Amino acid sequence: MKRLIVLPALAGFLLWIGPLPARAQTPDSAELLNRMKAMEDRIQALEAEIQTLKGQQAAAPAAQPPQPTPAPAAVTAQVSTAAGAGENLPVYGGAGAAAAKVFNPDMSAIGDFIGSAGNPANRYTPALEMHESELGLQAIIDPYARGDFFLSFGEHGVDLEEGYITFTSLPGAFQLRAGKMRAAFGSVNTLHNHVLPWVDRPLVNQNLVAGEDGIDDAGLSLSRIIPAPGQIFLEGTAQAFRGDTEGVFRAARRSDLSTVEHLRAYRDISESTNIALGGSFARGHSPFVDAENQLYGVDATLRWKPLRRAIYHSFVGRSEFVWARMANLGGSTSTPFGYYVSGDYQLGRRWFLGGRFDRSQRGLCQPTAPLTQTSAACAAVTGIGPLIQDTGGSVLLTYWPSEFSQVRGQLKRTHYGEGREANEFLLQFIFSLGAHGAHPF
Amino acid sequence: MSSFFSSSFPWEPMERIRSNMTNPYETRAALSGVLNLGGFMPKLLRALAALVLMIGAGTAHAASKLNVVTATEDLAALAREVGGDHINVDSIAKGYQDPHFVEPKPSFLLRLQKADLLIVVGLQLEIGWLPPLQTQSRNSKIQVGANGYLDASQFAKILEIPTGQITRAMGDVHPLGNPHYWLDPGNGRRIAKGIADKMAEMQPGDASYFQQRSADFDNRLAAAEKGWEAKMAPFRGRKIITYHRSWPNFCEHYGLDVVDYIEPRPGIPPTPSHTLEVINTMKRENIKLIFVEPYFDLRTPNSIASATGGDVVQIMPSVGGVKEITNYFQLFDYDINLIANAFNKVK
Repeated sequence: MKRLIVLPALAGFLLWIGPLPARAQTPDSAELLNRMKAMEDRIQALEAEIQTLKGQQAAAPAAQPPQPTPAPAAVTAQVSTAAGAGENLPVYGGAGAAAAKVFNPDMSAIGDFIGSAGNPANRYTPALEMHESELGLQAIIDPYARGDFFLSFGEHGVDLEEGYITFTSLPGAFQLRAGKMRAAFGSVNTLHNHVLPWVDRPLVNQNLVAGEDGIDDAGLSLSRIIPAPGQIFLEGTAQAFRGDTEGVFRAARRSDLSTVEHLRAYRDISESTNIALGGSFARGHSPFVDAENQLYGVDATLRWKPLRRAIYHSFVGRSEFVWARMANLGGSTSTPFGYYVSGDYQLGRRWFLGGRFDRSQRGLCQPTAPLTQTSAACAAVTGIGPLIQDTGGSVLLTYWPSEFSQVRGQLKRTHYGEGREANEFLLQFIFSLGAHGAHPF
Repeated sequence: MSSFFSSSFPWEPMERIRSNMTNPYETRAALSGVLNLGGFMPKLLRALAALVLMIGAGTAHAASKLNVVTATEDLAALAREVGGDHINVDSIAKGYQDPHFVEPKPSFLLRLQKADLLIVVGLQLEIGWLPPLQTQSRNSKIQVGANGYLDASQFAKILEIPTGQITRAMGDVHPLGNPHYWLDPGNGRRIAKGIADKMAEMQPGDASYFQQRSADFDNRLAAAEKGWEAKMAPFRGRKIITYHRSWPNFCEHYGLDVVDYIEPRPGIPPTPSHTLEVINTMKRENIKLIFVEPYFDLRTPNSIASATGGDVVQIMPSVGGVKEITNYFQLFDYDINLIANAFNKVK
């Protein structure tokens, strides 16, 4: 009897969500007519323009040299003329161009070139390196989902940094993502290299959260905005991954999935200032022994940007704390801890000044990225070995010629736990081609 | 909602949901069916049933007033003109901030999540911040192509659609045309009509109300336009400099001639060499006024003005640019008074 009640309830639910997509694609006849009218007007205007141009061409002397491509400043004049010629045929709507390519995804390529000078101590990076070339392909797939691909080209190989489908029309305000993606662990792990406020990633990420690649794995992500009082934005995310994250998790069996949970709270303190706090938890199978590794994280971001002068001045303060619980052979566990504190102030429209303090423990025998030169004794160690502590500090100056390129210098001093001191200067050029979609806040 | 992430599902939120529903008899019947299953129902089915009730509650609530979110305050002002008190309107960008550079803050998601209609300027004005907000809003109604997504540019006369090859060497150029089109009252009229038609289609019960308000707005705008035309008529053909390409529609409508820009290219900050060019142009062509939007630094315009004996006019491209501009009419009143006074001052 109970089952008889459950089944109609489930069927009702399916019927309820079934019509939603159908409703979403109901043709909007009035809008279609408006668009068709606009396109008709535009075609007429273009025809008139072609006739005008043909007339001008016929009237021009045969020996006249070809006109060069108009300079940007001339675009307005040229367009104004066109608008003037079509006074009776105004151009309504601006989406008439390149109709044949309209379904191509937005394509972008972002170059990340790094030059390094000074003494790197035990973590070698090349003097000059085309560190990464990111190719982005992004588009709306259908009325229910969008797709994003980010291919990361190094100098010697290609990797799928991210590639996922995001379902934007799920009922109940859920959002589902499936594919390979950066995990929602903290804030830095989710960021692509070209949007980092530094040339390198903080020591805590390098030591405890799988280095530059971070937790970046194939899996599913389900998130939801959770109602909260007082204009607080609260978002919960639950993710399940295959379980392969270099140096942190390794899936020996299909059941060795790793999971990540993240809770983010955000609030506007004022029109110009806001704060975001996050808590993260990740667990997965140890790469060294048949046991579970765990990561705990807390992150905080304070932003200030006065709206009237938003393009000239801003400040972003960030910090993340990560605790790890790593299993060793023999049943013991190591619990390294690390954090960073960082601040960036925008001095003017093109200049940014920043600083970062890093401190992070790691296992003496733990693989890091860039690779640490570990001691010979580590050959006999299964696990990450005894804990040591790295400490570093950086000062950064960034210049933006435009919003599509930037030049950054980072002066960095690091004291590694083995007792070595690194003093480096990193110079970075980032440049963007094409239409790269904006990243989430 | 947090209960969706916990192992047990408390019934207290269900009571809140029930109180929001329009048909209490159906709701109670549905609830009692679910509640009767008590401990026998698997947790997943309980969650699904609750989800059905929540969706129903949300739909019923949305039927009362249209929740409209606009990209800019100008579109909000036009929506308010035709929607009156039958809609709730909120805008994302403020009138005094650069609409190209808005931070996609999560607090905007709370508004977009509940929106029935999202009205955008389009022509890639919001490309740097709106797409991630739409994607993260979890609101299928306002996704591109959905019924609750309205691109206002389809109703407007668009200028400066680039011809020939377009590259970023031209700066942050908009390949589909200049998106500052709302600064032509004719476009304001067409956009308002387009919004009214969309609202009427979405809420047929209020269709006559929206159309009547649209007609009323049309009449009031026609009357106001006569005054604005009269004030601006003496200055037809006058040459000006503007900081950014924000004014092509306004200047075409009122016959002003924009000779050059403080920015050497759209989105590129002023350079010394270009500033010198602007000074020479102003001197050569006897140009006396520089229009500057409220979100740009005044140092370069002021130095150019002092070098040429000209004047800087900080005019407002949007409703909400200053406190006294609270609607579409006041935007033109404010700007036209300011411009007329400035022209009279410099002669």
